Amino acid sequence: MSLGSVPLKYRIQIDRQQCMQCMRCVDNCSYGVFREEDDGNILIDSRKCTACHRCISMCPRDAINLSERPVDYRSHPLWTPEAREDVINQSRSGRIVLAGMGNAKDYPIIYDRLVLDACQVTNPSIDPLREPMELRTYLGQKPSKLDIRKQENGEIELNTKLSPNLELQTPIMIGHMSYGAISLNAQLSLAKAAAKTDTYMGTGEGGLHKDIYPYQDNMIVQVASGRFGVDINYLERGAAIEIKIGQGAKPGIGGHLPGEKVCTDVSCTRMIPAGSDAISPAPHHDIYSIEDLAQLVRGLKEATEWKKPVFVKIAAVHNVAAVAAGIARSSADAVVIDGFRGGTGASPKVFRDNVGIPIEAAIASVDQKLNDQGIRNKVSVIASGGIRNSADVAKSIALGADAVYIGTAALISMGCRVCGNCYRGLCPWGIATQREDLVSRLDPEVESEHVANLINSWTLELSELMGAAGINSIESLRGNRSRLRGYMLDEGTLDVLQVKPVGA
Amino acid sequence: MCGIIGVIDRQKQKMNGSGIKEALSLMNERGSGEGAGYAAYGIYPDFEDCYALHIFFDNLVEPKSKVDDIIQKWGRVVHQEEIPTKEQTNLKRSHVPWRYFFKPYTDLMTGSLTPGEDIVKRLVMEINSSTIEGALVFSSGKNMGVFKAAGWPEDVANFYKIEEYEGYIWLAHNRYPTNTPGWWGGAHPFNLLDWSVVHNGEITSYGTNQRYVESNGYQCTMYTDTEVVAYLFDLLGRHHKLPSEIIVKAMAPPFWDEIDEMEEKERELNKAIRLTYGPALMNGPFAIVVATHDGIVGFTDRIKLRPLVVGEHGSRLYISSEEAAIRTMDPQVEDIHMPGAGEPVIGRVVT
Repeated sequence: MSLGSVPLKYRIQIDRQQCMQCMRCVDNCSYGVFREEDDGNILIDSRKCTACHRCISMCPRDAINLSERPVDYRSHPLWTPEAREDVINQSRSGRIVLAGMGNAKDYPIIYDRLVLDACQVTNPSIDPLREPMELRTYLGQKPSKLDIRKQENGEIELNTKLSPNLELQTPIMIGHMSYGAISLNAQLSLAKAAAKTDTYMGTGEGGLHKDIYPYQDNMIVQVASGRFGVDINYLERGAAIEIKIGQGAKPGIGGHLPGEKVCTDVSCTRMIPAGSDAISPAPHHDIYSIEDLAQLVRGLKEATEWKKPVFVKIAAVHNVAAVAAGIARSSADAVVIDGFRGGTGASPKVFRDNVGIPIEAAIASVDQKLNDQGIRNKVSVIASGGIRNSADVAKSIALGADAVYIGTAALISMGCRVCGNCYRGLCPWGIATQREDLVSRLDPEVESEHVANLINSWTLELSELMGAAGINSIESLRGNRSRLRGYMLDEGTLDVLQVKPVGA
Repeated sequence: MCGIIGVIDRQKQKMNGSGIKEALSLMNERGSGEGAGYAAYGIYPDFEDCYALHIFFDNLVEPKSKVDDIIQKWGRVVHQEEIPTKEQTNLKRSHVPWRYFFKPYTDLMTGSLTPGEDIVKRLVMEINSSTIEGALVFSSGKNMGVFKAAGWPEDVANFYKIEEYEGYIWLAHNRYPTNTPGWWGGAHPFNLLDWSVVHNGEITSYGTNQRYVESNGYQCTMYTDTEVVAYLFDLLGRHHKLPSEIIVKAMAPPFWDEIDEMEEKERELNKAIRLTYGPALMNGPFAIVVATHDGIVGFTDRIKLRPLVVGEHGSRLYISSEEAAIRTMDPQVEDIHMPGAGEPVIGRVVT
């Protein structure tokens, strides 16, 4: 007996009265939804649609309509349409279901249950239009105390040497998205934006293409378990180095780059054969324990003459705080925590949706553990995974983060509509693809402006939020949980966050 | 709002409490009659080697016997007595103020460079973090003492007979409470060991500062932001051995724009301070005067959202919220001026 087909996910309809048959939809859809008939009619194959909205955004007449799940199942609270379809698809394929972007399950969002504070009467709010407002952030090790002596002649002498730190003019950075997972034009746009906004971005595990060299002072180069693209030239070009142990979208497993996306240029940058799947090992095979990590951190520092900060990125898992405390005891300069909503180009769906913990809880427990152990100064804490707006940034910092990485938000500012089909290499926005005709749709000049606008606008909003809270320096927001309240959060979560409920 | 005043005689010539009482009462517009207090240095010459522990007891039965037990474990009580008071019609007596003159057994705290202080700090943290209900240590320095209660400045002063004490440094505070009205423990000055603090303002960075001192072994127990200032001074001054102008720089540092313009050596120093002591930076409006046995320092927040005026006369240095208060205390005062935002005003004992 055949399993038959599953119903349509999306239905595309064209309002034929509105349509002027300009064929922009036909040209723009890389998934092949639209076909032009000989008589000039447009045929629609809705089954191929991914809801990427490229056709809709390009249609000059607003003639295209998209509806999600146009075919009903018998409703059932447990056996959702998605659960049923996954079973049907896996019965057919016998394989792991792949998915893109971040966790798509309906977990509560802690950010949306945290509210920020503002001043009234007893202290004045500060107006960032008229008063200085400092968002400058330094990432790296800080001494636990300074050795400062006052000499006989009254001169002050500083006897402590600072470790190298990254200087950012905003606590917002762009996370690691590799060349391969995204196109060179996409990476160029992000790099230009990072340079324009005086912040940093990550290379991901994809090497550093020579076209990015002009922006190398704003790049954090990644060393992951596949070691793709890593050589001394790569390490020396980065402003900082990041060892990727895990990522929030798929804790416990390595990166996946389908061979379809490994074109000649990607293969050269990654130093792998063209067309081959780049599947990074789940662990680093030279790191089976925390002391091995400490060795790699030291090794990378030694190779770059102790001039660059080294970050370590881990996925937010249950004992993230203890792992972070271990990392803080190595020579690492920052620990990056990636929450379970972190995006990805490709991940097994079962990992994306079920493994790891939310970033909000992870920041709070890591900051608390480091604080309890008196080693908070030894590492900066960078949070990522599902940060959608400036309020999420402010809340992350108030929970204890030094800075954040954004990924999906930066892609959305370049056109991405979060359709989640990045792993197929057909991204019609020219972002998650290597097909030349698609990549050329993305103009780095224009898109870098959009990404920079996003970072600038969030930075402005963050200044306003800080000013309203009577704070004129970002370090006074960091870990300042008394300026947060939890709304409809359970007692256990409030306890982990160390935040009082609203009204308390 | 709150009114503050501090004075030091740099030659260590003593002043009795009558002048500061009058000066503080002058600033009643800044208070609400729900809290006032005084700190004086040099008042216990007969016990100058002892830590003077001032404690509010709810009664002298249970809390006192518990406190006796714990402090006698850590040292010797040289003398103890109820702090002399005189009933005031407008002041409701909520606690019994008591004082111990205490000598810690320094050999009990191994591995510390300042074992005496560490024992006393430990006792203060332990008693105050509500392990002993009905007891609160509100003063713990040597040859100094804090006297405070819920009431108007003149009533609190008369209650403690403040005019009978002679000190070379005085701090005083007139409180307009919002958080814990009527609670004696909430009145200023706040004190730990040698450090006393009077504060006008509200620290918006309290959560950050609190976490920082807590990760360094302090416990915040007073439900108010001012105590964190005393702990920061103890941490940065006693443990990190920073000069007082550097402590002020850590708490109210120059802006990055200013630092960027400095000469290299100064720039490196200021950058190091901001990077290392970021969690000690105090944000929000404040004017603060801090005292120890060898000096006082007054400063405001980085954009001076609270007033601070300085006056000098001979060996005396006055720091206050209001010029009028200084003039009340010393009509002949010279050199009245207003320090800039974040600029420390330091008065040191010179003998």
